[in-house]
Amino acid sequence: MSETSFSDTAAGNGAAAEAMVDVRSVSRTFHRGRTPVPVLKDLTLRMENGEFLALMGPSGSGKSTLLNLIAGLDRPTGGEVIVGGSPIHRLSERKLAGWRSRNIGFVFQFSNLLGALSAERNVAVPLLLTSFSARERRRRVDIALEIVGLSERGKHRPRELSGGEQQRVGIARALVNDPMLLVCDEPTGDLDRATSGEILDLLVALNRDHGKTILMVTHDPVAAERASRTLHLEDGRLAECGHDGTVVVPVHEPAGAAV
Amino acid sequence: MRLGSFIRQCQAVTRYNLETIWERRAVSVVAIFGIAGVVGVMVAVLSMAAGFRAVVTGQARDDVAVVLRSGATGASDSILNHQDIQVLWEAPGVARGPDGPLVSPELFVIIDRKKIGAGTDANVPLRGVEAAGFALREQFEIVEGRNFEPGRNEVIVGDGAAGAFEGLLVGDRIDVGRASWEVVGRFTTGGGVAESEIWTDNRILQQMYQRGNSWNIALVRLRDADAFEPFEQALTDDPRVSLGAERQTTHMAAQSEPIEVFISVVGWIIVVMMSAGAIFAALNTMYAAVSSRSREIATLRALGFSRLPVVVSVMIESLVFGLIGAGFGGAASWLLFDGFRAATINWASFSQVAFAFQVTPELLVQGTTLALVIGAIGGFLPAVGAARRSVVGALREQ
Repeated sequence: MSETSFSDTAAGNGAAAEAMVDVRSVSRTFHRGRTPVPVLKDLTLRMENGEFLALMGPSGSGKSTLLNLIAGLDRPTGGEVIVGGSPIHRLSERKLAGWRSRNIGFVFQFSNLLGALSAERNVAVPLLLTSFSARERRRRVDIALEIVGLSERGKHRPRELSGGEQQRVGIARALVNDPMLLVCDEPTGDLDRATSGEILDLLVALNRDHGKTILMVTHDPVAAERASRTLHLEDGRLAECGHDGTVVVPVHEPAGAAV
Repeated sequence: MRLGSFIRQCQAVTRYNLETIWERRAVSVVAIFGIAGVVGVMVAVLSMAAGFRAVVTGQARDDVAVVLRSGATGASDSILNHQDIQVLWEAPGVARGPDGPLVSPELFVIIDRKKIGAGTDANVPLRGVEAAGFALREQFEIVEGRNFEPGRNEVIVGDGAAGAFEGLLVGDRIDVGRASWEVVGRFTTGGGVAESEIWTDNRILQQMYQRGNSWNIALVRLRDADAFEPFEQALTDDPRVSLGAERQTTHMAAQSEPIEVFISVVGWIIVVMMSAGAIFAALNTMYAAVSSRSREIATLRALGFSRLPVVVSVMIESLVFGLIGAGFGGAASWLLFDGFRAATINWASFSQVAFAFQVTPELLVQGTTLALVIGAIGGFLPAVGAARRSVVGALREQ
């Protein structure tokens, strides 16, 4: 029987007792010339270990900005971002890069595979940042490809794969380091409805069967429905949604009341 | 960042960059051939200077002194009389051959010949020599025909001159003024400027040019290289004569210098201008290379790769273009120019010197160095730009 997880615990290396994501009074302001453009304002969010959270909102609402802050790709103008117990808003850029490589799995809208590399070499890219032996790397790549159902397609280059298969390879790459948090930025945004469904099935299975904590930004209410909880971001502030899309509870103030 | 991780990151990104060169070949070719052009021109031009230097200075020796009238800069503005030559015979340190002191007084005149190919008039040296002249040039060898006979209107022609100027083959006749000379032989001297000359009997040349018993230059073989200083001192101290002596090596290096410097300066001006163009081509290529991969670079950075490996990998890619360009340029210049024969005027003697371009290993190393410098300059700004680019912004590009 083949292995289908990287470590003994199906939940990976996530922190069990504390919140996976704890965003406290975060603001993020960009500058257009000399004009400050506040995108997130005093935003608070808590996400538990093992949760599958969908983040919705209109274009420009700041959902990708929030995802980037939580994933350690960007730093807040104010407030705190604590992920897996680490106050990542305090980390230097270099430490943040190392932290991302160990703790975050990225799934992008356009899969962002390296075109010249085969699927398995794409999946192995994050492992280049680790000190795993070649054998261990091989093992992890095999497991990741098996989880996404592409064990037979490892030698193919991205252009030889369908859009859905490319996105699966992207997910395998996100999984290969066994990260504590998967961040997915519009993972079905570039796919047709049927393929989107397959990718969402895969994300649900990763959350349910492998205990992966997932934060997904999406425009698509159908995609958001598959998550265990959906938050709506508008005008830099968060609100919790029911599955019919209606805002039911404002979550930004006070912090603990909504979650 | 730990060194091991840094090296692994550099290897991974560099390997990826190099593996994708073929996919970006159209734009890569511009940089590679820009650099190849610069290296090719540089090596070709400098191989001309190297070939010229090799011919002019190649056969010069430290134990041979060149004696001219004091103050003269070359044979054409020097005159030596019989007493001068007698003083040289008796000077300290002069080596002796079976026929006496190895002192070769020589007359030096210039005649017009047409250059083969160009058809333009060129100054060809006609040198009057006698027995000591042959004894001094140990590598002298007749390769076709025979040597001239003293007292007859006969000449022998250097191998380089025979190939560079019209009417200098064995059996041809040379008409100068009222005189007519027969070419009876072709000679070599193991390289050197003498092969660009025509030689005849000293006495006949003196008569033809009404020079009486005078010469322009004397070559003196010394017992060894250390004998030069006492020899020179003796000439300076002798009140009967006004002569200046130089080592042959020094004299020929000075003869070679003006042309060598001219070729090098003109060559380098061309090379610098072309280099500027090649740098822009390399910059353009590397900006395009980085731009076409900006999302991939951003992806790697998002996954945890640092800025520095990105800079290093782009620089390495640009240096690889430089190396490939150097390979093409060096190979082309070697194939096209190494051994290519040419003749140019030697300003020091106002006469033509036939020589062959020499593409030396040193020149190829210089060319490769230049290519790497162009690659480094062309890669630096795009590399830094790629590393400084916002990861979040680049990830949003389609």
